[in-house]
Amino acid sequence: MTCSRRDFLKEAVGGTLASALPLSAFVFITTDEAKAAIEDSKVRWAFLVDTTKCVGCGLCVKACKTENEIPYDAAVTRTWVERYVITKDGETHIDSPMGGRDGYTTDLIRDEEIDPEEIDKAFFVPKLCNQCDNPACVQVCPVGATYQTNDGIVLVDRDWCIGCGYCIMACPYGVRFFHPEHKVADKCNFCYHRISKGMQPACVECCSFGARRIANLRDPDDPVTKIITTERVAVLKDEYGTKPHVFYIGLDANVR
Amino acid sequence: MKWHVLRPLWVAIGLVASILVARMFLVPDDFGVHGENFTYGYHRLSNVQEWKDFPVKYQGRESCEECHEENLTALNGSTHQTVECENCHGPSIDHPDPNEFLPLDKERSLCLRCHAFLEYPNSNRGELVSITDRTHKRRYECVKCHNPHDPKEYYE
Amino acid sequence: MPEEIIVHGMEWTIKELFVYPNEYIYWSIQIVMYPYMTGLVAGAFVLSSLYHVFGQKELKEIAQFSLVFSLALLPVAAMPLLLHLQQPTRAMEPLLTPHFTSAIAAFGIVFTTYALIVLSEIWFVYREYFVAQVHALKDQPGLSNAMTRMVYRVLTIGAYDVSADALRVDKKAATILAAIGIPVACFLHGYAGFIFGSVKANALWMSPLMPVIFIMSAVVSGIALCMFTYIVIMEWQAFWRRRRGSAEEASEIKGAEIETINKATRYLLGFLIAAISLEMLDLIFRGYTAMKSWDILRSVMYGKDFVNIFVLQYTLGNLVPFVLLILPGRTLKRTVLALLLVLFGVFMMRWNVVIGGQAFSLSFSGYMHYEIPIIPHSLETFKEGLFGALTVIATPFVLFWVINKFVPSLRRDVQGS
Repeated sequence: MTCSRRDFLKEAVGGTLASALPLSAFVFITTDEAKAAIEDSKVRWAFLVDTTKCVGCGLCVKACKTENEIPYDAAVTRTWVERYVITKDGETHIDSPMGGRDGYTTDLIRDEEIDPEEIDKAFFVPKLCNQCDNPACVQVCPVGATYQTNDGIVLVDRDWCIGCGYCIMACPYGVRFFHPEHKVADKCNFCYHRISKGMQPACVECCSFGARRIANLRDPDDPVTKIITTERVAVLKDEYGTKPHVFYIGLDANVR
Repeated sequence: MKWHVLRPLWVAIGLVASILVARMFLVPDDFGVHGENFTYGYHRLSNVQEWKDFPVKYQGRESCEECHEENLTALNGSTHQTVECENCHGPSIDHPDPNEFLPLDKERSLCLRCHAFLEYPNSNRGELVSITDRTHKRRYECVKCHNPHDPKEYYE
Repeated sequence: MPEEIIVHGMEWTIKELFVYPNEYIYWSIQIVMYPYMTGLVAGAFVLSSLYHVFGQKELKEIAQFSLVFSLALLPVAAMPLLLHLQQPTRAMEPLLTPHFTSAIAAFGIVFTTYALIVLSEIWFVYREYFVAQVHALKDQPGLSNAMTRMVYRVLTIGAYDVSADALRVDKKAATILAAIGIPVACFLHGYAGFIFGSVKANALWMSPLMPVIFIMSAVVSGIALCMFTYIVIMEWQAFWRRRRGSAEEASEIKGAEIETINKATRYLLGFLIAAISLEMLDLIFRGYTAMKSWDILRSVMYGKDFVNIFVLQYTLGNLVPFVLLILPGRTLKRTVLALLLVLFGVFMMRWNVVIGGQAFSLSFSGYMHYEIPIIPHSLETFKEGLFGALTVIATPFVLFWVINKFVPSLRRDVQGS
């Protein structure tokens, strides 16, 4: 007897559905974990950068590399400082040699001399991971190797990352990179190992000018939170909808 | 009904089943959605503690103060009072055990980070005391003449 | 001066003006190869389905061939990814813990589904042949015959019924699979386009047109490759038969069938027009709306990448083959040239999207120039260099040769359904 088309289709659809059921086992939530996460976390980390205070000494970059074991001579860094020099002809000169690791001790920008008389304004902008509320990098990870903790920090699981680089391409701020030794994705995590113990991130600790500060947005008594909520602050690249949590005082229109 | 027509389907189901079995062994048990949603919370839970356990290197000024009070007395009244000890002395980690001495960076390049002259108007940098490296005592370390714990003090 | 540590991407990236410190060309030649190979897979399958589903009789021969070639291309589609991953030993993870919000996670599921469909369809088409071989090799002496017979026994999956009814069912199943396979093949490649189109951080990639452009050009490349390989193989076989004077019948001397080529060409042109139109639309929209990124995009497209985009891709890769195929008096030689140019054009499209998207910095204030490693001096410069790409290109032909020994896709007398 031949198989009728209806029978065949029935079997095929049935078989497909049957095999799809186990696929739903890919995702599961443990009730305890879900409860703990959904209940309001007492902490939501944020950062405040005051560009009017930054002098471009680069000690933050050096401290970050030391604290977080990013090879000192590798041309990647979890945080960096950019220099902006805007001249009277409307040109914006920007540089960040090795991320500002050695500070800025020369006024040459990529071997180009800029006449000080021609400078309208010049300043330094520290940058780091924004620990976004809608992190595009987490959304695109194919294997769940990067994720957001309930206090807002985005972390990378070094033992699970496959090194595809999708998260690096998805970050609009360019904060991610491949760790040259671990060969997985890496990025600033606000020194999670320090802030979880009540310490400050290494870059905050070492900044002599108070240009970098960390805040807990859920703590109304946090002085930095008060600045973020009551004074005029800005964020980088707000148009991407990532809801970044690094706030800037004195963020110039020329900053990229 | 020609049942042979379903054989490829059994092969397919067998393949999916073997992936699910492999998953039982290869995927850690605590892997799942821990957090608000699948989009941002899908991960291996034990990784969070792994990051919290990452070793701390910089201990901060308070820990230096426990033993080195007299250095800090000078520093606290000086123009360098906001400069962290470990910026120049390096991370203390578990000092004094096992590292009894911290590597002291006396290079000019360290001081020049802040004190190299950059003619930038309306920038905090422009307000720092600064020198032009090329023309200021090139052969010497800065600390030969300047006391880093009290920069206004000169050695002759 | 302490030596700089090699960071992934550094060896083939040259930065110009201001580029963020962590920015390098992370997605290099292998990520160009990947959509190119999946595109060939999808295109080959669609070509095969034009016969199996839509009954385009003139395409029968090339359809058989392109179905099997699609299978040979499939593992090669995964090769560039394995060569690119920084942790290739973890390559199974997208199948084990797929994070479905990521387009790349779809890869594991779609790829596996598509592989099963192609394998199943080939099984239904050639099952009669496998059973015949099992019987034919039954009492043949020799180890190689016994091993070959074992392979055929496995290939039958124990289904030995070759009655007229059973074969009719086989044909119907193959048709259904060919039909289901079309959207799956489109999905296999459409999602590759989605991988790029959904990256809002990249000003060049971010576009809803990206998946559609990718699918259209994928089908173009698939048809072109199958036509090209088919012509080459058929003409080569005919050439040797004429040389040896072994063929008696006129039909055995003929190489590629004219009707087949003409029909396939019509489809090729259709998809080519669609692909070009969409790309033009994308470009015009960008220029017209002039978003923040337009300044740097324009300087990349009309400046540094002008030759890559307008000369190599649009002119040599699209316009010239289009004219060559349309002009009357089309010869086989002219067709082959046009096909090669089309293949080149689709490759340049992938290159211009992947590499072009990384030619400018996220800061919109600097550029990154890609220098593909030619002579490898390390594992990384091999994997992500010219020789890695050549390895990927060569493999489907090797695989096809092996598969073809058991699944004869070119013999006119073994045509299955």
